[in-house]
Amino acid sequence: MSTNTLALPDVTASDQALRRFLHGLPGVDPVGLEARAASLGTRSIKTTAKAYAIDLAISMIDLTTLEGADTPGKVRSLAAKAMRPDPTDRDTPATAAVCVYPDMVATAKETLKGSGVKVASVATAFPAGRAALDVKLADVRDAVAAGADEIDMVIDRGAFLAGKYLKVYDEIRAVKDASGSARLKVIFETGELSTYDNIRRASWLGMIAGADFIKTSTGKVAVNATPSNTLLMLEAVRDFRQQTGVQVGVKPAGGIRTTKDAIKFLVLVNETVGADWLDNHWFRFGASSLLNDLLMQRQKLATGRYSGPDYVTVD
Amino acid sequence: MTKPFDYAPAPESRGLVDIAPSYGLFIDGEFVESTGEERNKTVSPSTEEVLAEYVQANAEDVDRAVKAARKAFEKWSALPGAERAKYLFRIARIIQERSRELAVLETLDNGKPIKETRDADLPLVAAHFFYYAGWADKLDHAGYGASPRPLGVAGQIIPWNFPLLMLAWKIAPALATGNTVVLKPAETTPLSALFFADICRQAGLPKGVVNIVTGDGRTGTALVQHPGINKVAFTGSTGVGRAIARELAGTDKKLTLELGGKGANIVFDDAPIDQAVEGIVNGIFFNQGQVCCAGSRLLVQESVQEEVLDSLKRRLSTLRLGDPLDKNTDIGAINSAEQLARITALVETGEAEGAERWSAPCELPSSGYWFAPTLFTNVTQAHTVARDEIFGPVLSVLTFRTPDEAVAKANNSQYGLSAGIWTEKGSRILAVASKLRAGVVWANTFNKFDPTSPFGGYKESGFGREGGRHGLEAYLDV
Repeated sequence: MSTNTLALPDVTASDQALRRFLHGLPGVDPVGLEARAASLGTRSIKTTAKAYAIDLAISMIDLTTLEGADTPGKVRSLAAKAMRPDPTDRDTPATAAVCVYPDMVATAKETLKGSGVKVASVATAFPAGRAALDVKLADVRDAVAAGADEIDMVIDRGAFLAGKYLKVYDEIRAVKDASGSARLKVIFETGELSTYDNIRRASWLGMIAGADFIKTSTGKVAVNATPSNTLLMLEAVRDFRQQTGVQVGVKPAGGIRTTKDAIKFLVLVNETVGADWLDNHWFRFGASSLLNDLLMQRQKLATGRYSGPDYVTVD
Repeated sequence: MTKPFDYAPAPESRGLVDIAPSYGLFIDGEFVESTGEERNKTVSPSTEEVLAEYVQANAEDVDRAVKAARKAFEKWSALPGAERAKYLFRIARIIQERSRELAVLETLDNGKPIKETRDADLPLVAAHFFYYAGWADKLDHAGYGASPRPLGVAGQIIPWNFPLLMLAWKIAPALATGNTVVLKPAETTPLSALFFADICRQAGLPKGVVNIVTGDGRTGTALVQHPGINKVAFTGSTGVGRAIARELAGTDKKLTLELGGKGANIVFDDAPIDQAVEGIVNGIFFNQGQVCCAGSRLLVQESVQEEVLDSLKRRLSTLRLGDPLDKNTDIGAINSAEQLARITALVETGEAEGAERWSAPCELPSSGYWFAPTLFTNVTQAHTVARDEIFGPVLSVLTFRTPDEAVAKANNSQYGLSAGIWTEKGSRILAVASKLRAGVVWANTFNKFDPTSPFGGYKESGFGREGGRHGLEAYLDV
């Protein structure tokens, strides 16, 4: 973390300095950004490339359940699926992680023991983040104590939109400290930040505060991950590494449901930041229904036949 | 460890298009043979494979075509506008229906990537016919007085860079206004015009309204010199345009010329850099830079020069050059050996004059005509590569310090076709755009086309406008 602040001296010295820095970042032209994302969306990924992309996408999934109705049974079944996504083909890679609420971390951890699949936990009064800092930090410590390998926090969008960037920064720093050795994913809720300029500013704010991952959204609002906002965040991590030497991961979450969608995101990664990010240490999909579609497409590539929803497991 | 994400080949099916071994001329609604013997071959620039033979039309053939057009003019011009519109709408719809086939054909004959013919050329071709179909019954309201009259027979000569699109730009407004046409496609790309002839038949267009004569410059000369035409519309090089203007001096033939360009793409330090880089790439590497309005001069503010150039080189390194039919190809083949030689010679001149050359690291196929995306830095106004139109994937990078200097350098060109401005500051866009002497000025984008927008040049880039309401004027007696 200290390397980040060394490479970007003084920008967090005061609210004004931080504001000047964030507002001095190059603007984003929405038409051009969306046109570029759409143009990369026309890449045609076939045969061997498709097989590679499907396995890579499976290995990048944070298999997620974030429902009020979650039970230990549901979490155990999801964890089992994360370890063995396709019981008919043991060569299918495991997903990267299982993502749950803090109170389900212990259950997930126990089921996944020894599998290499990580446990990610949302925290900081997810998804709204409307709680006192102490409460948020207690939430984080609770998840870490239960064994979470990764913490997915939400930023205070209210503070961000009110221009209180230093407050957002301090909160991320505090959560980072509370996370200890767990990797920290910082969720911006891009749908609430609304403009691409804001998304770029939030990305840099998160990264200078020490985020290990920047993440689009909670999946709980109308607009979640899109090719355009993910492309923009990829540009941000690319530029941040160039400037500071620190590599930060990216996680689009919510709304990515089909293999076709997932492959479009992988193309964005490939052509924006390249092979260094084509690994589940640096890129994740926050998704649940995506996995079954990937498995059906995987079976189709292997057998030449389309199966159906009854040939993949429902969890 | 991570593996590279290699895209497997994803070729569009060549079987979508059925190219005959040999083509005649399209005169008076029929494919006919020439009175002469001479034939040319058209090759696929990406493989040098011969695609088909076609006629080198002679003066006699051109005469037949002009006479057919003259005969058809009487009835065609007398049709109510709404009736002419029906034919144009029908042509537009057939183009849409056959767009995959035409995209493959255009890619084979021209060498440009299928991505571009599929996503740019063909949609624009159809849109152009739809747009002018809409004008056909509204000419009274176009601002040229009541019942403006057509000119008669238009002789139209189009280039090889956007064969079907340039045909649409020429034929759609001519037909909408009640003219009949004799069109000569470029000698290296005659096929899509011949397929268009078939579309005219399919649409039931009256005989002689559209005539297609193929051949090289000699055919063009015969067409321009023919006493029976009332109008010449030419898109192509400034040299040929000048010769045509000389030829027509003293005659009552009307003339519009759309010629070369050396577009300045101006990037200010407050530009949206990532999108500006995309715009620079699209400005000069779209269609391998073989675009008259290409942004072939990058004028970048000195304070962001390094950042922009670093981003640009990184981006150029991701461009995929190769088989134009592959759906993932970004950069296709140069249209002809002749054009490749011209590009190569100009690039050598650039190096000899001391500009610093950088080319994207990509492997060029062993057969066909190819040139790697290239940029020159340390270029000044005195360099040939900053002044001459290269018409290839070669960008010259110049710098400026102030907006006034940017405008002065942008305007310091014998051409004046296009320019681009990149800045997040709206007032600067308006201030700079009003000072640029260029027919098209794009703000925070480049190479965006729309049939509703007039297109044309200042200075040696030609005169007359194509597209929009303005495009009607070139075909009306006003």
